[in-house]
Amino acid sequence: MLSRTIRRSIAAPIRRNAFVPAAARPAFRCVTTDAASSYADKEAVPKEDDKPFEVRLSDESFETYELDPPSYTLNTTKGELKQMYYDMVAVRRMEMAADRLYKEKKIRGFCHLSTGQEAVAVGIEHAIDKQDHLITAYRCHGFALMRGGTVKSIIGELLGRREGIAYGKGGSMHMFAPGFYGGNGIVGAQVPVGAGIAFANKYEDKKNVTLALYGDGASNQGQVFEAFNMAKLWDLPIIFGCENNKYGMGTAANRAAALTDYYKRGQYIPGLKINGMDVLAVKAAVQYGKQWCAEGKGPLVYEYVTYRYGGHSMSDPGTTYRTREEIQRMRSTNDPIAGLKQKLLDWGVTSEEELKAMDKEARANVDAEVAEAEKMAPPDPVAKVLYEDIYVRGSEPAFLRGRIPEENFYYDQVDLGGEQKPVART
Amino acid sequence: MAALRLFHPAARLVSATRPAPALRTAFRATASLPSISRSRGYASSSGVKEMTVRDALNEAMAEEMEQNEKVFVLGEEVAQYNGAYKVTKGLLDRFGDKRVIDSPITESGFGGLTVGAALAGLHPICEFMTFNFAMQAIDQIINSAAKTHYMSGGIQPCNITFRGPNGFAAGVAAQHSQDYTAWYGSIPGLKVVAPYSSEDAKGLLKAAIRDPNPVVVLENELLYGLSFPMSEAAQKDDFVIPFGKAKIERPGKDLTIVTLSRCVGQSLVAAEELKKRYGVEAEVINLRSIKPLDVEAIVNSVKKTGRMLAVESGFPSFGVGSEIMALTCEHVFDHLTAPPARVTGAEVPTPYAQKLEEMAFPTEELIVQYAARVVGV
Repeated sequence: MLSRTIRRSIAAPIRRNAFVPAAARPAFRCVTTDAASSYADKEAVPKEDDKPFEVRLSDESFETYELDPPSYTLNTTKGELKQMYYDMVAVRRMEMAADRLYKEKKIRGFCHLSTGQEAVAVGIEHAIDKQDHLITAYRCHGFALMRGGTVKSIIGELLGRREGIAYGKGGSMHMFAPGFYGGNGIVGAQVPVGAGIAFANKYEDKKNVTLALYGDGASNQGQVFEAFNMAKLWDLPIIFGCENNKYGMGTAANRAAALTDYYKRGQYIPGLKINGMDVLAVKAAVQYGKQWCAEGKGPLVYEYVTYRYGGHSMSDPGTTYRTREEIQRMRSTNDPIAGLKQKLLDWGVTSEEELKAMDKEARANVDAEVAEAEKMAPPDPVAKVLYEDIYVRGSEPAFLRGRIPEENFYYDQVDLGGEQKPVART
Repeated sequence: MAALRLFHPAARLVSATRPAPALRTAFRATASLPSISRSRGYASSSGVKEMTVRDALNEAMAEEMEQNEKVFVLGEEVAQYNGAYKVTKGLLDRFGDKRVIDSPITESGFGGLTVGAALAGLHPICEFMTFNFAMQAIDQIINSAAKTHYMSGGIQPCNITFRGPNGFAAGVAAQHSQDYTAWYGSIPGLKVVAPYSSEDAKGLLKAAIRDPNPVVVLENELLYGLSFPMSEAAQKDDFVIPFGKAKIERPGKDLTIVTLSRCVGQSLVAAEELKKRYGVEAEVINLRSIKPLDVEAIVNSVKKTGRMLAVESGFPSFGVGSEIMALTCEHVFDHLTAPPARVTGAEVPTPYAQKLEEMAFPTEELIVQYAARVVGV
């Protein structure tokens, strides 16, 4: 009811110039989480991998808030579809490897896996450029991989290895790559930081878009609304994105949020709810948002409706606050990888054999990199490694204190080398 | 270079002839400022000139903004209002609303936003109206700014300056009077400075803006209007004070007073009084930089005097004074001829009523009396 009031009260001024005849708009329905709801004419699919063709998205792919929906058609190529499939399989395989390594007690501390949510990270990456920016919370492995990290460096980080993506200093929640600002562990704090990245882009007259992602739990954080306010006030080129996986840790969305329509929670910011299980819908939406931001229209609030198969973190079996049937139903009927796979077969983009070969290739590649990561050495347990990179090299204080004065670390007595060659940025 | 810069409008302010700003309406001293701040512009024959801390901070920001496009100021009331304490006065007129930005009153949000801008490569100056309000943003300062470089394995720097008044003010009660030096001073990854004089203010703030790490500049509201001499070197636009170096404000042989921010002034007055009353020569060390801390200066001084008194205005428990006493004991215990001591704020939420408020913070008389006891006179 509240949402209806808000909608009506601000609908008129915003929609005035954006009127589309009702008939042209799809009938209002709820967003599906069907991962295989897109349609392409099999006859129109070209032979060549790089020749574009049109895919029609389900009219249940989006719900809008004070916004005209993105185009329900998406131009893609066979090559891109296969790459998307490969990427999702690779992310899942990597997460499964992390799951195994955690259970083997080789990964310490927290480990939050994104199994089931792959379409969000992969769909976004296929819609943006390397010059665009992304920041997310602690469920970050898939994004780190898509932004240019390698499986080896990510798994290496989880294992606390020297050649990990953050040299073993960050762990599961803190991974960085060019255009990727983490991997942040404080719920909601990355959202204003994301607005700041967008601010910097605008300040420097760059046309790049910034995506700031957060979960349905974080969307209740006060600072998220503070970020919304400034982003709208200053028309920052940012797409806020709530990855709604239905549970903030173990608390169901409707037990934590007075309004679970997260795409409407920007109030004065247009919003879009997206089928986050369909990688094509995600790509279409983000592509549209990138264009919107580049045109200087200000921020958007997206909600990617998705589902996490596993628990919140490795210590959570994920079954005390939801039923096994619910998880099973999502896995068997809404899986983003199975959904895309079905479409690829239906449309004749690829054959069963080729898909199997791709699965095999993705698994082999990931497994090989995981094996390499396992062989990597941990950081030497020496002061030089412990104390490096607390401050930018060359700007350190004379010394930092150890546990006892004898352990004090004097920067001028050790050669840390020049700037660290970033593993992730190669 | 000077000739080149003449063509920049900002060069007028930066150049040494102080009376020039009178041409700029935005820089005219207003009646609302304490009279002491209007004494700026006075130049002695030696080239030393008086300047308020407020103007020194303003000049530091203006010079750095002039020299680096990436530097911008964002905070509450920094632009059109000319700064809640007038520290950013005139910057909007000079640099425009792209670089001098009024923020909503949402510390957590704009604290985070400026951190994000720094991660993306800009060099923000994030002004908090006071550090009491920065508590709403302390997560961003510590978790997002201070720790990111280390967590990323050194691939993600964060060049940001957080600044604003900190510590005791007059008659503003508990929520507006707290000293956060110990809080920020305990965080690895941050650098923290606390200027006392105008030279401190300019040199430390400029160094903070240039430093590639997150720096917290803890100013003090009661110092803003005070005038201090600025040497010729300090008047130049390349003047910076290196972090981690304390300044001996007054040499002495009987007692080392280690202090910071506004307490430096109180300690200097107390030192004169100690000399007058007891013939005691106190050495007053202005820390300037809290993190890194100039332990060497403290050690060398205590080796000479054999006595150490820390003077600060924060709450006593786990504070700057405790840290200095601990360091003194660790490093120069054998040189001490008396137990190290501290004068701090009282363990009381700051009261409003004046006489009560006076009892909550160090006073010159209290420093004199306690120092006399430490020395045993």
